[in-house]
Amino acid sequence: MLNFPLWKKLMVATILVWSLFAALPNLLSTESHSELPSFLPSKTVNLGLDLQGGSHLVLQVDMDTALKQSYENLEEEIKSILRNRNTGTRIGYRGMRSHIEQGIAFTIVNADEVQGAAQKLRKTLSGVMVLTEGSTVTVTYTVEQLHQMRRHALEQTLEILRMRVDEFGVSEPLIQRQGDDRVIIELPGITDVGRAKSIVGRTAQLTFHLVDENARAGHRLPAGTGIFYENIRDENGDIIQKIPYFLRKRPALTGENLNKAGSAFDEYGNPVVSISFDSRGTRKFGEMTKNNVGRRMAIVLDGAVYSAPVLREPILGGSAQISGNFSVTEANDLSTVLRAGALPAPIEIVEERTVGPSLGQDSIDAGRVAVVYGFIIVLILMVIFYGGFGLAANVALLFNVALILAVMTTLGATLTLPGIAGIVLTIGMAVDANILIFERIREETRRGLTPMIAMDTGFRSAFTTILDANITTLIAAVVMFGMGSGPIKGFALTLSVGIVSSMFTAILVTRWILLTWLLKTRPKELKI
Amino acid sequence: MALRLVPEKTSINFLGLRFICMGLSLFFILVTTGLLFTKGLNYGIDFAGGTLVQVKTEKVVPVGDLRTAMQRGGWEGLVIQEYGSPDEILIRMPGDLVDPSKAGNIATKMANALGEVGGEIDVRRVEYVGPQIGDELKRKGLIAILLSAIAILIYVSMRFEFRFAVGAVAALVHDVMLTVGVFSLLQKEISMPVLAALLTIIGYSLNDTIVVFDRVRENMRRFKKKPLVDILNLSVNEMLNRTLMMTVTTVVVLISLFVYGGEVIHDFAFALLVGVVVGTYSSIYIASPVMLWINSSTEGEIKKDSDKETAEEISA
Repeated sequence: MLNFPLWKKLMVATILVWSLFAALPNLLSTESHSELPSFLPSKTVNLGLDLQGGSHLVLQVDMDTALKQSYENLEEEIKSILRNRNTGTRIGYRGMRSHIEQGIAFTIVNADEVQGAAQKLRKTLSGVMVLTEGSTVTVTYTVEQLHQMRRHALEQTLEILRMRVDEFGVSEPLIQRQGDDRVIIELPGITDVGRAKSIVGRTAQLTFHLVDENARAGHRLPAGTGIFYENIRDENGDIIQKIPYFLRKRPALTGENLNKAGSAFDEYGNPVVSISFDSRGTRKFGEMTKNNVGRRMAIVLDGAVYSAPVLREPILGGSAQISGNFSVTEANDLSTVLRAGALPAPIEIVEERTVGPSLGQDSIDAGRVAVVYGFIIVLILMVIFYGGFGLAANVALLFNVALILAVMTTLGATLTLPGIAGIVLTIGMAVDANILIFERIREETRRGLTPMIAMDTGFRSAFTTILDANITTLIAAVVMFGMGSGPIKGFALTLSVGIVSSMFTAILVTRWILLTWLLKTRPKELKI
Repeated sequence: MALRLVPEKTSINFLGLRFICMGLSLFFILVTTGLLFTKGLNYGIDFAGGTLVQVKTEKVVPVGDLRTAMQRGGWEGLVIQEYGSPDEILIRMPGDLVDPSKAGNIATKMANALGEVGGEIDVRRVEYVGPQIGDELKRKGLIAILLSAIAILIYVSMRFEFRFAVGAVAALVHDVMLTVGVFSLLQKEISMPVLAALLTIIGYSLNDTIVVFDRVRENMRRFKKKPLVDILNLSVNEMLNRTLMMTVTTVVVLISLFVYGGEVIHDFAFALLVGVVVGTYSSIYIASPVMLWINSSTEGEIKKDSDKETAEEISA
C-alpha cells in the first residue's frame, strides 16, 4: 500500500489515458468523428449482426452427394481402363455398382484375369484401394483421399460463395468455414434475405440433356432415361404446376466449360440469361448440336428443366440462351451464380438468423438505457454504503467501463446484445472487488489498526480472495467462448474482458486514489 | 458514517439451520427433477429447431385476429404471441413445417397475410434453426456446463482442499438445478442466452462461495482449536455484509437489464436474477454445511492431512 512506486503510477496512468481516448469515439456520433483531431483514434467497436441488422447463415455442404458424384466418375474411369481402346485388350466384367460407403464392386467374368485387372487398376488410378475376393473386385477411395476430397470440396465451395457474395454487393461480408462441412456467411445490413439466399444457396449445376422421344408416360422407361420436371410458378414464386420431361440421365454437356453469363432479352422482350462457352466448350457444344439436329435438348439447372428447344441447326458459335419466365432481377442473379460456377456439391441452409435494422437500433437503445441506469444505481449505492471510499470505487468503475470499450474497440472485437448484458453484469460485479477490500478495511479498523495499516492489510488480504473469485467466473466465460456462437461469444468476451479490467481498476485505481487521499489528509481514524 | 446492510457484528447461527436448509434444498431439487420428468423444458428454436418470425404491426391488433388472418392465409399450427409490446408479435413454427431455404420468403408471405389486419408490417427478425443444429447446440450446451463445472472443481481443489471443492460444487449444482426448475415450472423458454446465463450462474455461484471459503481457510489457520462448525459460522457471519452487498449491486443491475434491456434479453436477465438470489442463499446455507458434512464423514483422513499441513507450515 505504502509503496506505490512511480513506474506503477505511470503504467496505470498510461493505460487510463489510452482507454479514455480509445473509448471516446464510441460515445460520439458518427458525424463528429471527422471533427476529431487526426492524432486521436476514430475507430468504433464492431457491432454484431444482432445490433446493426443483417443476416447470419450457416450452410452445410452435402458431402455424400459430392462423394456419390466422384464414385460415378470413378466408375466411368474404371470401365474405360478395363476396355482399353489403345491396346485393344478387353477385360470382361459384370454387375458393376457403386455405393458411397462400400465403393465400387464388380465381378470379372474370366477368373484368370482378376489379378491382372486389379494390377492394372492399381497402376492407373491414384488415391484408391483395390481389393479382390474370389472374382469380385472392390475399388474404394483411401481414407486420405476421402479426407482430401472433402477438404477440396469445402475449399471450392468457399471460393465460389465468395465470388457470388462479392457480386451481390454487400459491404464487409464474412465467409468462413466451420468444422469439416459447414460455411458461415454473415451479410451485414442486408434487407432482401430471400434473394441473398437464392444466390448463395443455389448449386448452379447447369446441364444439357437430350429428350428421349421414345419414352411414354405410364410405360416402362428405357434404361438411362429419367423423368425431370419443369416448375411453373405463380407471381409469389410458389410452384403451381410441374411439367414432366423424359430426358437421358447422362448429360450431353455440362456447364463446366462456361465462359460468360449475362442477362439479356429475347426477341419478345423477355429477360433471359445468355451464356457462352470457352473454346473447348464451344467445340463440344457444336459437336453435340450437329449430331442431334432435329432433336430436342433440355436445359437443366439443379435438376429442374428450364426449357427444351428443338435443335434446328448446329450451334457453332458457342452461345446459348436460358429462358424461363424470369424477372430482370432473377435473370441477373442467375447469371451471377453461373459466372461464379457450380458448387462441387449441393448445400443446405441449416441455420439462419436475420435481424432487421429497426430491431437492431431498438436493441442498441435498450442496451444503452440498461447500462446507464444500472451504472447510476450502483454509483449511488456505493456512496450510500461506503461514503468517500465509495466515490473512489466509482471513479474506478467509470474507468472500468472505458477500459472495456477501449479493449473491445482496439481488438476489433464484436459487441453483441448479450455482450452489452455482459457489460451491465460486469458493472454489478466489478464493485465486488472494492466491496471485499472495503469490508476488510472496516474489519481491520475495528480491530484497532491505524488507518495506514488497516488500508494496507485490507488491500493485501483481499487480493487472493478477489483473484480466486474472479478466476472461477473467468473459467465459465472461457468455456462459453469456446463453445458459443456469435452473440454468446460476444457475451463471453465482454464478460472476460470485464473481469480482467475490473480487477485492474478496482485494485490499482482505487488504491491510488485512496493512497493519495490518505497521504494528504492523514486522518486519525478511518470513517468507513 | 456510511450505512450498513447488517449490523457491524452478527453472530447468527447459520449452521444451526443446516438440516432445515439442506432438507428444503433437497426438496426443491427433487421438485425440479419431478418437473423435468413431467413438464420438461420448453426448448426455444435454438435447441428444438424451427422458425421464428418477429414482426411489428402498424396497427395494434388483438393476437386472436392475427391468428385468424394467418389461418385465412393458410397458416396452421403456429404459435402467435405478443412480444414485449402490443404491436410486437412473435410467430413460431415447429421445425418440420418449413423448407429451410425458404425461411426468408416465409417471413414475407406471413407479412402479407398479417398485413390484411395489421397495416404495414415490419419484419424485425427471422430465425431458422435446422434440427441437426438444434441437437448439436443442445449437446454442446450440456458439455459446456459439465466442462466448466469440472474445470472449476479442479481449480478449487487446487487452491483449497478437496472438501471445499465438494461444498462449492454442491452449491453450484444446487443453483443451476433450481434455476432450471424455475424455468421448467414457468415453462419459460430455454434459449441460447439462457444457456449463457446458466454458465454465468456457475461462475457467479462459485464466486460467492469462494469468498466465504477463503475466510474459512483463514480462520482455520487463526483458530486452530475451534471446532469447524464454529469456524464456519464465524466466517459466514464475518462475510455476511459483503455477500449481501454483492447480491444487492448485482441484483440492481440485473433488474435494470430485465426492465430496460429489451425483450430479447429478458429471459437472460430473469435466469441470472434467479441464479444470483439462489446463489446467495446457497453460499450461506448449502456450501458450508456440505463441507462440514464431508468433513465429519471423513474425519480421520482429514485430520491426518491437516496435521501434515501444520507440520509443513511450521517447517516453512
